[in-house]
Amino acid sequence: MSEPILEVQDLRVHFSVFKGFLQRLLGGGEAKVHAVDGVTFSLREGEVFGLVGESGCGKTTIARTLVGLVRPTSGRIRYRGKDVNIADKKSRFQLQQRIQMVYQDPHAALSPAMTVGEAIADVFRTHGIINERGMRIPATSEEVVRKAALRALADVGLRPPEFFYAKYPDELSGGQKQRVVAARVLALRPRIIIADEPVAMLDMSVRARMLEFLLELKDRYHLTYIFITHDLATAKFMCTRIAIMYLGRIVEAGPAKTIYADPKHPYTRALLQAIPIPDPERRTQKVLPRGEVPNAVWPPAGCRFHPRCPAALATCGWEGRDFVSFLEERWLPSDMEAEESELGPVEAWEPADFEVRRESSSDENPSRIADRVRQILSESGGPMAQAVTAVAVEADEVVVRFRRPDLLAPKEVDGRIVECLLY
Amino acid sequence: MSALLEVKHLSVTFETPQGNVHAVQDVDLTIERGSTVGLVGESGCGKSTLGRAILRLHPRNASVQGSIRFAGRDLLALPPREVRDLRGRNLAMIFQDPMTRLDPLMRIRDHFIETIRAHDPTVEKKEALERARKVLADVRVPSDRLGMYPHELSGGMRQRIMIALCLLFKPALLIADEPTTALDVILEAQILELLRSIMKEYNMAVLLITHNLGLVAEFADRVAVMYAGHLAEEGATIPLFREPRHPYTQGLLASVIDLETTQLYSVPGAPPTLLGRSEGCPFYPRCEKRMDVCKTVYPEMRPVGDDRRAVACHLY
Repeated sequence: MSEPILEVQDLRVHFSVFKGFLQRLLGGGEAKVHAVDGVTFSLREGEVFGLVGESGCGKTTIARTLVGLVRPTSGRIRYRGKDVNIADKKSRFQLQQRIQMVYQDPHAALSPAMTVGEAIADVFRTHGIINERGMRIPATSEEVVRKAALRALADVGLRPPEFFYAKYPDELSGGQKQRVVAARVLALRPRIIIADEPVAMLDMSVRARMLEFLLELKDRYHLTYIFITHDLATAKFMCTRIAIMYLGRIVEAGPAKTIYADPKHPYTRALLQAIPIPDPERRTQKVLPRGEVPNAVWPPAGCRFHPRCPAALATCGWEGRDFVSFLEERWLPSDMEAEESELGPVEAWEPADFEVRRESSSDENPSRIADRVRQILSESGGPMAQAVTAVAVEADEVVVRFRRPDLLAPKEVDGRIVECLLY
Repeated sequence: MSALLEVKHLSVTFETPQGNVHAVQDVDLTIERGSTVGLVGESGCGKSTLGRAILRLHPRNASVQGSIRFAGRDLLALPPREVRDLRGRNLAMIFQDPMTRLDPLMRIRDHFIETIRAHDPTVEKKEALERARKVLADVRVPSDRLGMYPHELSGGMRQRIMIALCLLFKPALLIADEPTTALDVILEAQILELLRSIMKEYNMAVLLITHNLGLVAEFADRVAVMYAGHLAEEGATIPLFREPRHPYTQGLLASVIDLETTQLYSVPGAPPTLLGRSEGCPFYPRCEKRMDVCKTVYPEMRPVGDDRRAVACHLY
């Protein structure tokens, strides 16, 4: 097995959230978006490594960190076995020449006021021309630069290059623009290319051509790819290994074949099941996770997927706010008035970590409320109800307490890494 | 019984400084009561323009020809006031990005009150909110969301609220223009399930406009494939997916990447611009089965086979 070309260890990227004056005055902890929260993976030379997940899972933040657009909060990045000092601008800059990125929207990546030839020539003017042997030749004259740009255009299949050199981005199709972006990225002769949803903006009938083109470049220039996508079907075709991300964490990672043949994490299963099948004769009833991806400022305790997970256990991290969502959901179908009179409005329940409290007013009987809570919990019988350790009355408050989650860590299961208490 | 919606020879032309753009050309489309029709095509093929023209939401520089009969009435011949009342009451539309369709300065409750009063000015606030709660329950949204502003809600919630706003008057037809494209796969599947259950409950027909063939396969009873402003093929979903006849439909289906894809395929070339009118078949430059006649003669939609299919191709 070849040496990893890039290793990412326990990478964390947190973004501070701007708080209004009043919120700052009222205090409370500093609000941070946990965009990437402890991610570890390594890249082997020549492979296509897929980072797969829904929007907000942190996959693009990882990419932006690797190309130096975002400063990581903590973690280690090693390139060919050598530590990259994240805090040091110069060593990050060196890494950036080795890692380049292709963005989702090629139109936004190109200046509308520059011909595409000039856009490429500009790279050579700034960085010099790098020849096949990796030697840097300074861009001595405009003639040399122009020649290099023309060759770069021809190399990505935009022929005749003279014709394309003078075109503006809006005169080109989406696929052609994506090729221009590729030409510009390749000008620095990177070793690793991060492709962030490179075909999401392209029409179905031309997507395949772009994917084939990326694979062809990989072979021609001996590149290693990080392929970022939300589309598990494309990832299956492109990637040798994949990592499935959810809310800043990798939940399952391993060889693509192994994971697609037998997905282990309930989230991976959910994603696979949600893909629409282009065959009307195979319509099936889907079992979908409830709700949506929660806010990354306060990610759920324990396993972040637990509030939506169809296979959750009592030990997965149930907490006060899960009880509030539970109340909201159970009120929907039934007669609201009757329920509400006993439990009070949902807003009256105040969650704080592993408990949730409700103050009762003078004309209410807190033990009656507690009894009612016990009753609906036992009726539901779900993993959340099993995680409740006590429903108590304290002075005029009703308190529901939850057990702490079991320790969650990545584990090797059948040839891949899974972070789930089921295993 | 006649169809709910019957579009005949519909053309939409935009006048632009660069010349006329023929966004929709001579399209026929029929939607039966309570059924789902998927309108598929790539960006710029005219599918959204067609959807908007049905609601008469086309911009001023567009001229619309042909006829659109909805529940027996020709929408193109009706005075604007009557169309406005039909819209929202009998015909509704949801769009790709719900955030741009909700007013950021208005609470969700006010969206409901305004929508109801636009059609029924006499309705009391209290009654309007009661009706809002009812439709919100139908789209599984907790009613405390009524007091919130659009930005406080997640993308999925917003789309559910858009759907709820459409349901207020129990429309007979909902036009859904890429309703899930801005959403993630799991949410997409959730919204589709929701639409399916609501259709049954409200006996509502849906025109699903999308580029995603997978969605159509899972959702639609019939499929219409559009290319460069023209209808290329139309038929029942199962036979059409089993045996696509138009070379473009064949190419489009072959280029879908799903979990079973082992060989990639893409249709050669790129979609044409719609500036000016082409003589022959618009797919001619990209077609792998083109013949001489295709270059000069436009193929009319013709019934092909015995599965109520129509194809615009000289091969048949």
